Amino acid sequence: MIEVENLHKSFDGNKVLRGLSIKIKKGEVIALIGGSGCGKSVLLKHMAGLMRPDQGHVIIDGNNVSTLKGKKLTTLREGLGFLFQGGALFDSMTVFENVAFPLKEKTRLSDKLIDERVFHELENVGLSGSEHKYPSQISGGMVKRAALARSLVTDPETMLFDEPTTGLDPVIGLSILNLISSCHRRLSFTGIIVTHEIPRVFEIVGRVAMLHDGVVRAEGSPKEMISSSDPVVRSFVGEDAEAWSLCEPERSGSQDQ
Amino acid sequence: MSILRKLGEVSLDYLYRMGVMGMFLLKTFFYVFTPPLKINRFVKQVHFIGFQSMLVIVLTGCFTGMVMGFQGYNSLSKFGSDAFLGPMVGLSLIKELGPVLSAFVVTGMAGSAITAEIGIMRISEQIDAMELMGLNPYRYLVVPNFLAIIVSLPLLTALFDVIGIFGGYLVGVKLLGVGAGTYFGEMVSYVDMNDIMEGVYKSLSFGIIIVWVCCFKGYYTGVFTGFGAEGVSKATIQAVVLSFVLILVWDYFMTSLMF
Ligand SMILES: Nc1ncnc2c1ncn2[C@@H]1O[C@H](COP(=O)(O)OP(=O)(O)O)[C@@H](O)[C@H]1O
Ligand SMILES: [Mg+2]
Repeated sequence: MIEVENLHKSFDGNKVLRGLSIKIKKGEVIALIGGSGCGKSVLLKHMAGLMRPDQGHVIIDGNNVSTLKGKKLTTLREGLGFLFQGGALFDSMTVFENVAFPLKEKTRLSDKLIDERVFHELENVGLSGSEHKYPSQISGGMVKRAALARSLVTDPETMLFDEPTTGLDPVIGLSILNLISSCHRRLSFTGIIVTHEIPRVFEIVGRVAMLHDGVVRAEGSPKEMISSSDPVVRSFVGEDAEAWSLCEPERSGSQDQ
Repeated sequence: MSILRKLGEVSLDYLYRMGVMGMFLLKTFFYVFTPPLKINRFVKQVHFIGFQSMLVIVLTGCFTGMVMGFQGYNSLSKFGSDAFLGPMVGLSLIKELGPVLSAFVVTGMAGSAITAEIGIMRISEQIDAMELMGLNPYRYLVVPNFLAIIVSLPLLTALFDVIGIFGGYLVGVKLLGVGAGTYFGEMVSYVDMNDIMEGVYKSLSFGIIIVWVCCFKGYYTGVFTGFGAEGVSKATIQAVVLSFVLILVWDYFMTSLMF
């Protein structure tokens, strides 16, 4: 469960968040949409305790992230996975070492067990065969997938995905979204996906929130967003989504099988 | 009024930065003395800092010693005391030039690389990623460098001194004709343990200055310097310049204390 209440944050007079509130139920995954530079990453960083709010707070499973310190913050973060916009892989380590790092440093698993889990996780994201390459030697899409594997390898209870699909070609973008959704079914984490992948992300989330001018401008099910009469939401969700909603019966039919 | 205000703001800003920098050093000390220590990274950094700087240390040491040979002979022979070339070269190298110039070499070779590496990790969010794994970036990035420099710099300084004394020997004895026995004999009788310890203390404290400044500047890239590649290059320049200045200022204070 993630509760954000009245969050304010500004940088040198640049007011980014202006009293933002949002609630995400346990086990629920929502999509967070909004224009570039509107503060989506800033919001996620507050949730991870990487930034401190000027006002307001973030509560995850009863812990106030905005005031936690030291050991308690560390414990909270151990249950948290974060996919950074740029991947944030360690460049001095290979893909394999990157994914193994949190396990090696934070658990007492045997090397053999760690190897198994890492190989399994890399296979899941389709990176078998690139284990021993360095981040500088692989493409942007592969970096994102490796980072995804690294953030999922510890089985987090809360997952924050910052633009997992931005900058990837449509096929890989879709495969990453599917990957996230299958991981969600397996691990049932509480999560937020920041994305511009509209309407495709609508297929894997139950709820969508739109950030605008530092607050949540609109939230609701994908259908509600699409039929919204708010011009800001309409301009963002756009015609693609309407076309998507028209062919929905067909799609949900195929999903039932 | 607004000038006063501006002045106040600027000085508060500087005070704040100095406070943050001081806290950084305190935290580093704290994590140095509390386990666990990341041995692998420490060994890697000793190799990186110590081994890679060796060739440059040998070259600068040798040429510094040779120049000292010429200059010392030139000055001393005016007073007819060119027999004291050995102690002069030895003392200036051991007490002053060795620690300072080795520290400069290490700042240029290792310090700048440390700032750039940590800075890049900062702007590409690798440090944030580490924190989110519940790991302490100080232990992984700062402490290994700290210990590696503390171990390497005195050794590099010793190497510098030895090579420098040999360089002085080449010029003074082989070229200008001071007796080999005189050169080394006088050196042995005038250089005592205190002089050597002074050099060691200096190089230890210069080591702390280098790691402190270079890690700090890298760690706070983006906060005090602006983001992106430009932020990293600015941080690196600031780290090198600030290290040089602090080394020289601190050298003055230490010399005047031990005089
Ligand atoms: N560490 C920071 N220091 C100063 N300004 C920042 C910082 N992080 C983000 N910002 C500013 O906050 C705004 C929102 O950024 P961000 O959350 O990254 O946008 P996005 O919604 O595209 O992820 C931007 O205007 C950015 O310049
Ligand atoms: Mg962003």
